[in-house]
Amino acid sequence: MPAVSKGDGMRGLAVFISDIRNCKSKEAEIKRINKELANIRSKFKGDKALDGYSKKKYVCKLLFIFLLGHDIDFGHMEAVNLLSSNKYTEKQIGYLFISVLVNSNSELIRLINNAIKNDLSSRNPTFMCLALHCIANVGSREMAEAFAGEIPRILVAGDTMDSVKQSAALCLLRLYKTSPDLVLMGEWTSRVVHLLNDQHMGVVTAAISLITCLSQKNPDEFKTCVSLAVSRLSRIVSSASTDLQDYTYYFVPAPWLSCKLLRLLQCYPPPEDGAVKGRLVECLETILNKAQEPPKSKKVQHSNAKNAILFEAISLIIHYDSEPNLLVRACNQLGQFLQHRETNLRYLALESMCTLASSEFSHEAVKTHIETVINALKTERDVSVRQRAADLLYAMCDRSNAKQIVAEMLSYLETADYSIREEMVLKVAILAEKYAVDYSWYVDTILNLIRIAGDYVSEEVWYRVIQIVINRDDVQGYAAKTVFEALQAPACHENMVKVGGYILGEFGNLIAGDPRSSPLVQFNLLHSKFHLCSVPTRALLLSAYIKFINLFPETKSTIQEVLRSDSQIRNSDVELQQRAVEYLKLSSIASTDVLATVLEEMPPFPERESSILAKLKKKKGPGAVSVNELEEGKREGGELNGGGERGGDSSAIASTPSPSADLLGLRAGPPVTAAAPSAGSLLVDVFSEAGRSGALRFVCKNNGVLFENQLLQIGIKSEYRQNLGRMYLFYGNKTSVQFVTFTTTVTCPGELQSHILHIHTWNSLEPLIEGGAQVQQVINIECLTDFSDAPLLNIKFRYGGALQNLTLKLPVTINKFFQPTEMASHDFFQRWKQLSLPQQEAQKIFKANHAMDTEVLKAKLLGLGMALLENVDPNPENFVCAGVIQTKAQQVGSLLRLEPNAQAQMYRLTVRSSKDTVSKRLCELLAEQF
Amino acid sequence: MIGGLFIYNHKGEVLISRVYRDDIGRNAVDAFRVNVIHARQQVRSPVTNIARTSFFHVKRSNIWLAAVTKQNVNAAMVFEFLYKMCDVMTAYFGKISEENIKNNFVLIYELLDEILDFGYPQNSETGALKTFITQQGIKGQPQTKEEQSQITSQVTGQIGWRREGIKYRRNELFLDVLESVNLLMSPQGQVLSAHVSGRVVMKSYLSGMPECKFGMNDKIVIDKQGKGGTTDEPGKSGKQSIAIDDCTFHQCVRLSKFDSERSISFIPPDGEYELMRYRTTKDIILPFRVIPLVREVGRTKLEVKVVIKSNFKPSLLAQKIEVRIPTPLNTSGVQVICMKGKAKYKASENAIVWKIKRMAGMKESQISAEIELLPTNDKKKWARPPISMNFEVPFAPSGLKVRYLKVFESKLNYSDHDVIKWVRYIGRSGIYETRC
Repeated sequence: MPAVSKGDGMRGLAVFISDIRNCKSKEAEIKRINKELANIRSKFKGDKALDGYSKKKYVCKLLFIFLLGHDIDFGHMEAVNLLSSNKYTEKQIGYLFISVLVNSNSELIRLINNAIKNDLSSRNPTFMCLALHCIANVGSREMAEAFAGEIPRILVAGDTMDSVKQSAALCLLRLYKTSPDLVLMGEWTSRVVHLLNDQHMGVVTAAISLITCLSQKNPDEFKTCVSLAVSRLSRIVSSASTDLQDYTYYFVPAPWLSCKLLRLLQCYPPPEDGAVKGRLVECLETILNKAQEPPKSKKVQHSNAKNAILFEAISLIIHYDSEPNLLVRACNQLGQFLQHRETNLRYLALESMCTLASSEFSHEAVKTHIETVINALKTERDVSVRQRAADLLYAMCDRSNAKQIVAEMLSYLETADYSIREEMVLKVAILAEKYAVDYSWYVDTILNLIRIAGDYVSEEVWYRVIQIVINRDDVQGYAAKTVFEALQAPACHENMVKVGGYILGEFGNLIAGDPRSSPLVQFNLLHSKFHLCSVPTRALLLSAYIKFINLFPETKSTIQEVLRSDSQIRNSDVELQQRAVEYLKLSSIASTDVLATVLEEMPPFPERESSILAKLKKKKGPGAVSVNELEEGKREGGELNGGGERGGDSSAIASTPSPSADLLGLRAGPPVTAAAPSAGSLLVDVFSEAGRSGALRFVCKNNGVLFENQLLQIGIKSEYRQNLGRMYLFYGNKTSVQFVTFTTTVTCPGELQSHILHIHTWNSLEPLIEGGAQVQQVINIECLTDFSDAPLLNIKFRYGGALQNLTLKLPVTINKFFQPTEMASHDFFQRWKQLSLPQQEAQKIFKANHAMDTEVLKAKLLGLGMALLENVDPNPENFVCAGVIQTKAQQVGSLLRLEPNAQAQMYRLTVRSSKDTVSKRLCELLAEQF
Repeated sequence: MIGGLFIYNHKGEVLISRVYRDDIGRNAVDAFRVNVIHARQQVRSPVTNIARTSFFHVKRSNIWLAAVTKQNVNAAMVFEFLYKMCDVMTAYFGKISEENIKNNFVLIYELLDEILDFGYPQNSETGALKTFITQQGIKGQPQTKEEQSQITSQVTGQIGWRREGIKYRRNELFLDVLESVNLLMSPQGQVLSAHVSGRVVMKSYLSGMPECKFGMNDKIVIDKQGKGGTTDEPGKSGKQSIAIDDCTFHQCVRLSKFDSERSISFIPPDGEYELMRYRTTKDIILPFRVIPLVREVGRTKLEVKVVIKSNFKPSLLAQKIEVRIPTPLNTSGVQVICMKGKAKYKASENAIVWKIKRMAGMKESQISAEIELLPTNDKKKWARPPISMNFEVPFAPSGLKVRYLKVFESKLNYSDHDVIKWVRYIGRSGIYETRC
């Protein structure tokens, strides 16, 4: 509402409002409003033209009624009429009504736009401001369309008043935010940037918001603003506080402008120009210096303004991350704030320090504050500050202080707030693993963690400790001992029981020598916890028991007794019952050899990203600062954490048909074990050769996995006879969501299509593949004549709405149509000599890619399809093969000789065939295989 | 059972708060205020559940009465009690208003103590209550022991609603048949729904313990008599009897007798009380017929003509007739012409209100109005709410007739003939609407 001056006060409005306020009930209010609305309607309808004053009054009343929550469906026209008034107050009310009530699709929008246009082109600054405010308040796309061209002109025009420029800059900013595509700066760019040099501080402040927003989108165009901003900043920073007059706020010169300038500079890398950079560094130093000076005022506004600039400057320093001197100074400054009375300051200091800790220059400086931070963690009253302190501790942790920090965090955990406990637990677990110097410390820490905050220890944490214990031989005995001791506590957490059950089941034998932890003692200890545990833990314990039977045959009868009891073998839980029944049978039927094989020690886990880290990342979201850095640390730590790279062969406990994933600890989705329907050994093979292109892998074999990603797995099985081949493709949906519009097409690029290879797709596929399902496709192939390219398989489907498109080479190579030919040494050399034309021979000398194992080589050559001829070559190290390629047009006889050189790890491969293209192609194919 | 009872003014301030059970905390008072009285959207359901607590409320002008409970109570019982509570308060201090409640809060607490015990409703008969809860405070001389024991025996005895030893010089009896007739009619004059809800209210000033018998033209009774004795012509009785859909009685009526013989016999309370309530839906006499005529002339004008016809004996006079013609929300001016009565456009209610003081039967009257409209951006069409009517007629629109009311008092020496009886019929409009 406008300030009601005496001459212009709208008494009617005041009376109406006080009437409404005095209404006793809602009904009375509605009655009063109805009456007023009828009155206004009759006034607007009346034949007598209303004067501006009453129009304004009634529009005001309508506005008030609207703001009370009633619908207004008339009066828009009168409001638009007010826009063309010459009186400020009338115009103002008109604009107010329009920006509150007119929606964009109104018919009146043209009239309104016209009125705004008139005001924008008028010479009266207040009218221009009103129009600009209205545009900004509505801020719709239509407004942007109509005025986006006009406003930049007003903004940069030389004769525009300062206040109008301010409004124009902010209005443009608003329009840019709603519809960036309509606001084209182009030609105005440089002149807008030069607004930074404007005399009027208000204009600069408004313009800088606009420039910051624009330069975030297209930094290159606004690059010039950096030097201007720096010079502006230095002028402000170095000015005496009296220079800026109106813009000095509690002795701080232009704090808002300084903050905005610093923020703008954060959009750009450090300036390259040495002079500019020097000036900027000088500014930053001055700001840091000023922070040291005693405050000029005791008022809180003074320190707030000063600190705002300081924090903005520090984040700029951190952003540049190139001035060690400044970084250290910033760190020291923040260190002072760590003990400040003001909670907000402590919070901000801790937050900034978190980012500082990630910089190599200031990491050490941050570390000096470790005591203060730990103290903050312990004594701080505000939970959000404690949270920041924990974050900072995590960020500043490295090998030198890991033990101290982990110990502090652990001790804090006992009293920590419930809201941050889980995160703290993850952090402790990660730090312990990452900076573990010896693994006994790691195991101690994690077990401590489980003891202190068992409820907050997520699955990933204890999976991880088991993975590490299994992968590290040296720590197994210690782990078993510690776990055994931990389990002796009268009340221990279920997670502890899980870890205990697993580790004792695997490595209980390592401590069985000690009479205090004899097998029976171990078993009784575990079993004493059994009844207090949930079903998954009990299932795990049952698996541990059967492992005990294998480890310690003397416990067999006791354990069988337990398994046989009604509470196990007739347990209402299917999983438990099944385990009990199967383990009982297994233990009573199988011989010790079989038991030992089935219940073999778990193989080491494949090394991969720690699942804890993944969990923390998920928890923190993309905002986390230090996760990337941590990941690097993880990679360094990799060699420490070691672990052999063996395929996750899951057959060790395969006797349990139920998904015993908890035992395997592989729930985090390892890349290896997504078992294909084909044999497991094949899978391992595939992954050992994963680096090579899909089709080449199949030169020497006919079956395997052609392709696999998170969604889809394509298996292949093929058979060839003479010049004909049949290929079975298996498409497996690995997700739980169905694939829609699944189509595959096989194309033969170029000349392949016309006469060289004839491909015929058999049964066409259903367009739907259900989640987890597999479909089969058969392709018939006929070789017309020899070829070198491979046909392409194109797969298209929709997964969750997104179109997936894949193109793969089908592994059809010329050698598939080999017919092996057996011949004696004499025949071989005769034919060899016959094919003596230079173009008939292809030879290649290459380095061995794989170990030179005779058996493997033989297998590969057999897989090639030729006959491997024994006792032909005088040198037994060499291999010779013979075969005929069957095509429809002709038969191409081929001979092959492979001479391995074990010392040099080299091969010489010679292929002779009756057709030069065939020899060349064969040579190329085979050179990749050995 | 009822856990507590609160009375609020229109602002939601608590005037009376009485908690009967521990499961109702102090916050229940606020919960109702926040969720019902101050709700953003008007709460239309009389039962509201907030945090497993049920609030049953009735509103009397600006006053909210809310019964609160955490248990699964009989909602009808709670509302019956709340209405009874309103009746009791009205009987004690007149209209239920904020001021009256504030002035009588001691009395109200006293009443609440008496009529609800641990949340169970007790005797809420005004007559009985008035014997021991008095507004005059302590009388000059305290009640004698006899009087006290008399009250006790009455309240705990078989006939709790009447004390013994009442004596009147003139034995008088007033009987009012009050009916409200509800109607919804289509513009073409087709009845879409109609029913009458009626009450028989009595005021009795009789000595001793009289036994009364009330008879009316109930179809079942008349038909039975028609079969038994052939005194009445069958055609005549069929015309004059009415079919009652359902009825409820005052506690003094002997229900067993009603069930077996369908006769209404009772020992009446002293003073005023409601003997019965009933509802009929068949053969209703509609006292007025409304014939609307609405014509839209362009976008900015509306012509309305409404004719009302009275449909009863010319000798009878209807009173307080009021016709309410809704106007569109964008009305900017109204001109009304009417032959009879006064008509006025009431902007605050968005309606033209036409009032006629008196109107005889079989007459006709009309009003015509021109409504000017303001063009709006709103494309919504006017919903045309129905035209409603209020009136009062001196007969029962259901056709109910009192056939007899006999009084027997064996102990005292006055007979049925000595009692002076007054019978009055009043028919009022309930929701009496005609679509236009």
